[in-house]
Amino acid sequence: MGEWPLIAGQIFNGFSVASLYVLAALGLALSFGLMRVINMAHGEMLMLGGYLAYLTLQVVPGPLGILAAMPVAFLGAAAVGAVLEATLIKRLSARPLDTLLATWGVSLILQQAARNLFGAIGVDVRAPQWLNHAYTVPSGFLEGLTIPATRLFILAVAFAVMGALSLLLARTRIGLLVRAVNQDRGMAAATGINVRAVDLSVFCLGTGIAGLAGVVLALLGPVTPNVGQSYVVPAFLVVVLGGLGSLKGTAIASLIVGLFSALVQILVDVSLTQVLLLLFVIGFIQFRPQGVVAVRSRALDA
Amino acid sequence: MVMRGMYKPVGLVALLLAATSLSAPVAQAADAVKVGVLQSLTGTMAISEVTVKNAEILAIDEINAGGGVLGKKIEPVVEDGASDPAIFAQKATKLVQDGGVVTVFGGWTSASRKAMLPVFQKLKSLLWYPVQFEGNECSPNIMYSGAQPNQQILPALQWAVEKGYKSYFLIGSDYVFPRTANLILKKHIESSKLKVAGEEYVPLGGTDFSAVIAKVQAAKPDIIFSTLNGDSNVSFFKQMAAAGLPSAKLPVMSFSIGEQEAVAMGPSLVEGSFAAWNYFQSLDTPANKKFVAAYQAKFGAGAAVTDPMVHGYVDVYAWKAAVEKAGSFDPEKVRAAAVTLDYLDTAMGKVKFAANQSLVQTGYIGQLDPTGQFKIIWQSKGTIDPDPYDPLVFPGKKCPAS
Repeated sequence: MGEWPLIAGQIFNGFSVASLYVLAALGLALSFGLMRVINMAHGEMLMLGGYLAYLTLQVVPGPLGILAAMPVAFLGAAAVGAVLEATLIKRLSARPLDTLLATWGVSLILQQAARNLFGAIGVDVRAPQWLNHAYTVPSGFLEGLTIPATRLFILAVAFAVMGALSLLLARTRIGLLVRAVNQDRGMAAATGINVRAVDLSVFCLGTGIAGLAGVVLALLGPVTPNVGQSYVVPAFLVVVLGGLGSLKGTAIASLIVGLFSALVQILVDVSLTQVLLLLFVIGFIQFRPQGVVAVRSRALDA
Repeated sequence: MVMRGMYKPVGLVALLLAATSLSAPVAQAADAVKVGVLQSLTGTMAISEVTVKNAEILAIDEINAGGGVLGKKIEPVVEDGASDPAIFAQKATKLVQDGGVVTVFGGWTSASRKAMLPVFQKLKSLLWYPVQFEGNECSPNIMYSGAQPNQQILPALQWAVEKGYKSYFLIGSDYVFPRTANLILKKHIESSKLKVAGEEYVPLGGTDFSAVIAKVQAAKPDIIFSTLNGDSNVSFFKQMAAAGLPSAKLPVMSFSIGEQEAVAMGPSLVEGSFAAWNYFQSLDTPANKKFVAAYQAKFGAGAAVTDPMVHGYVDVYAWKAAVEKAGSFDPEKVRAAAVTLDYLDTAMGKVKFAANQSLVQTGYIGQLDPTGQFKIIWQSKGTIDPDPYDPLVFPGKKCPAS
């Protein structure tokens, strides 16, 4: 195996890591874009998705368990998101710093709840047999290049979620309302749009996507009470780099981060890659503080 | 008048005498000797350390049931290190200085040991440390019962060489133990004219192994030596399986996966992989069967027993034997006696402390079965003398003469 398969493999891995980040970050970008809420409990929605996958696999074992777990986790996390929005965030939405603190508290409570319910050592969620293999290029100049089926599956899920989300925002009445509220909250309210209902549904959608992401992340990582913490930091990084609140920016930033880490890792190890990645993001934000895609919203003018 | 006045002080003395006799049960406590048990009962290390604390308390209870040490009952003072090296140092000071303990059993991470070391040196006390570590340290105030690198890592290499593996890939979490362990491994692999196919580090808790696995696939090693710690292991084994490289295809030798970790990760995920320790629960000796039965009777029938737990348990018994030999609880005399003890017959086989205060013990290689237990497939020829300073990596470095 020469240089080319490794480089091609790393480009694929870059896309794969980007698909993980975009799934982890979309919900965060949604709720920030519309409501300017920084949800520190977002990582715990990913964790919740992982545990819901575990529970679903207890009820539906076998090859289709993971497919059944995705809607379950989406709805479960959306329901928890609804409770969180209606009881806490709604009351604090005018005070960004307070939401930050309050959602951090929620994050700690959810972690401890998972610890009490399932134990501190995590549960076992495994990829089904039909995903547990890899495609290998048999000959040619890319001989030896391996593409894991699990990573292809997650890539497909990421594309499906992004496609569905952009269709929802561009083509449906709900999307129209969301865009209206996003552009000018006051004016939207004045034209009779129920701004509260829009807020609630967007927040639920965001946490639901995080729950779904938790299921596919469990195929490649652990399901433990504190697993959300390992994804929420890259998710914030991607949202900031992408331009706060822009979905297109989040997707592009995920790809930048994914490809950057994957290609740099050909030369150096993971620890140094993280240092270089953070330096790169700091440099980028210095020259382009608005992120990859600048969002023009009255909500962000204040 | 004068006579009557004389009775008053006599009465007072009588009262005082009565008070002293009333306080006799309190004075009984002087017939107990206090020892410290200092492990993380909260925080990220609690999962592992609580079980070591349990094993240490079990040994203390057993000794007390058999009459104690030098006619005194052992009174354990349990403190929580809270997974924080600074708190370990603070609690160690509290135990020795204010708590009046004669010795302390505890510690897990190298960071916690390094934080406690100056405390024990300054207060001239003695710490019994139960976990395998990277060596390169030799304090007269610490009894190192966990394996030195030449008792865990090098036996694993010896086994792999005997198996005919020629190309080695080293993967570790990014902190002192994996870095030092791999430094030692590299020197020994190279001096044996074998090949280091790659060396990669991932931050503690890291979840992305895509690039590491790509490099493994490009390097095509015969075996992976893993010093990954904690949850990263789950990500690593899942992503290896996803990339079509389960343990059956590319063997993995882990230095941080014991019975407890295997159960936590889901045994089928790590089935077939190898581990090197100085004790496995499956060890088939009467002493081990007795220990496992006693532990499970107290802490639950399915409770897993691991290498560090047994080291904690053995430490308490070694301390008892040393105290009895010294005829004193004085830390300095106990240390002098401990390194001249004969072999003790323990759950992990025959062990004794060498002059460098580390444990002479046997190295084992196990392979994980589907239930999370290890099948012992190799053991060192007899016991291995501990060596804190690897001659290839730290030439000429010796323990200070005590």
